[in-house]
Amino acid sequence: MTTQVSTTTRWARFRDSYLLYSFKRTWSAQLCLAIFLCLVLAAFMAPWLAPTNPYDLRQIDILDSELPPFWIEGAVEHYTLGTDAQGRDLLSIILYGTRVSLVIGFGAVILQAILGVTFGLLAGYLGGRVDAILMRLADIQLSFSTLMVAIVVGAVVKATLGSSFYSQYAVLMLILIIGLAEWPQYARTVRASVLAEKSKEYVDAARVMGLGSRRIMFRHVLPNTLSPVFVISTVQIANAIISEAALSFLGLGMPETHPSLGSLIKSGFDYIQSGSWWITLIPGAVLVVLVLVINLLGDWLRDVMNPRLYKG
Amino acid sequence: MIAFLTKRLMHAILVMLVISVIAFAIQDNLGDPIQQMVGQSVPESEREALRERLGLNDPFHVQYLRFAGNAIQGDFGYSYFYREPALDVIARHLPATLELVFGATLIIVLLSVPIGVYSAIKPRSPLSRFFMGASIVGISVPVFLTAIVLIQIFAIGMKVTLFPESTAWGSWLNATLSTEGGMPSFGRGQDLVHVVGYWDSNLFSAGGLQHLVLPSIALASIMLPLFIRLIRAEMLEVLQSEYVKFARAKGISSWRIYFVHALKNTMLPVITVGGVQIGTMVAYTILTETVFQWPGMGLMFLDAINRADIPLIVAYLMIVGVIFVVTNTIVDLIYGLVNPTVKLTGKPA
Repeated sequence: MTTQVSTTTRWARFRDSYLLYSFKRTWSAQLCLAIFLCLVLAAFMAPWLAPTNPYDLRQIDILDSELPPFWIEGAVEHYTLGTDAQGRDLLSIILYGTRVSLVIGFGAVILQAILGVTFGLLAGYLGGRVDAILMRLADIQLSFSTLMVAIVVGAVVKATLGSSFYSQYAVLMLILIIGLAEWPQYARTVRASVLAEKSKEYVDAARVMGLGSRRIMFRHVLPNTLSPVFVISTVQIANAIISEAALSFLGLGMPETHPSLGSLIKSGFDYIQSGSWWITLIPGAVLVVLVLVINLLGDWLRDVMNPRLYKG
Repeated sequence: MIAFLTKRLMHAILVMLVISVIAFAIQDNLGDPIQQMVGQSVPESEREALRERLGLNDPFHVQYLRFAGNAIQGDFGYSYFYREPALDVIARHLPATLELVFGATLIIVLLSVPIGVYSAIKPRSPLSRFFMGASIVGISVPVFLTAIVLIQIFAIGMKVTLFPESTAWGSWLNATLSTEGGMPSFGRGQDLVHVVGYWDSNLFSAGGLQHLVLPSIALASIMLPLFIRLIRAEMLEVLQSEYVKFARAKGISSWRIYFVHALKNTMLPVITVGGVQIGTMVAYTILTETVFQWPGMGLMFLDAINRADIPLIVAYLMIVGVIFVVTNTIVDLIYGLVNPTVKLTGKPA
């Protein structure tokens, strides 16, 4: 019975919020969200939308390889965006590849957020030695860029487990690697807000009431630190998608049989000298559009949620 | 100052210790060196004897101390592939990477300062808006994709037939947008000038410079937007401050205010971020060098991974660790020297 009441008030709060007000007035944010949703929908409906199934070897003919997209002479009508070097339909494989990239991007960000929020909360609330150790660790990891950490961890994991095992569980591995590489961003953000929240009276009140520190941390402090977490999450998703593409491009990511956008760009790059630019540049364009709309949405969100910041 | 210096040094040493433990753990867990050294027919008892003689049965910390002792003297063992000391292999590849980073840094400094300052002075002008828009696009394009596009446009060449050839403007647009290609995009070329020791340079010959252009632009492209935005944001803040208003009231020419008074204080945070980012560039050199087959440390590292050349991987990690720690420490020191208001000895914020 109470849930009914709380959901309606939440909806009302959202309806009256500055967030929605600003969204209705910012056409660029609307456009970006529309493009982003289209890409996500298309990617996750790939099995129904794609003309062929690129994972099904029976539907691939090597004789169809390196066919150009429709506006170039020599195109075959059946393959709208042409084919790659193995004769797979480029449109289908881009749809499937976008799905892989999105799954890894979101998965990695969820892992980062869980790790980072927990560590940030512990560091900020408990302070002392826990704070010193966790933040020193975060400092060290951040001073090596996150991409560097991801590359090194990926390389070592791949060398330890062997490449066939690695490519079999590539999605999981990439989520783990990127998640582990980028948690300090969240930890720092959350720690900063926790330090500000900790001295407020409601925390003292909760403590006086005799609540345990775990309950105060997760039920009282955490909800008040979440808005900066949402703001950096958008940028982090874009970063994770780029990191995944970079790892795949270096051969430390998705295998060619199960490609993401990054491994499509990599496999196409081998054929760019022979004039088949579309194999690498069309997936590249999709990647850029995807990351760009997420970044633009992140910019807008940051301006709305934190109006004191510069529109840098 | 002394207290600050020792604190920074302690921090640097701590970081290097952590890195060396990780590097050693990698070396310890990857592969069996005995298998690399002896043939199939060697019996197990002899293998065990060799293992004992080489100290591979010692406890972890004993082996680690031996490794760290050797590493401090610059001995990281022999590369399996090159069959020479790992440090020599790295020293041979280092100049190529440093020249690439140098070229990219030059581009970044020459472009980001004027663009950043301009878009802070005239934040509403169409050109500034264009720069801001372009910079967010620039952030969203991964460095290897920039590199591939550069290769397509300037090395391979591009024939545009998008516009109708029959109309005058269409054929003009097609002709203008098409490119010849022909820029070198593979390796460092033949025109290297030997300077000293392992340093063969691209910087002192026309052919060498030509090879350096595309990789440098690609590497610069990832950092440039960041610096433009940073300089613009800092400059905007400085222009609001009292002393700029006062300088204006005194009647100092606005050109002098912008470039002498305001820019000085703008550059402070830029130095810190910039120093750290130059370290970060090492990661992007791996991607750039892969695309352009630039024979630097990054490409060497990737090859070492694919060949499971463990001593080389470990040596690379340690050297890169040293580069990061040294740049970060120097940046902190410079910042402390340049900005006297920073608390040198206080507790970390």
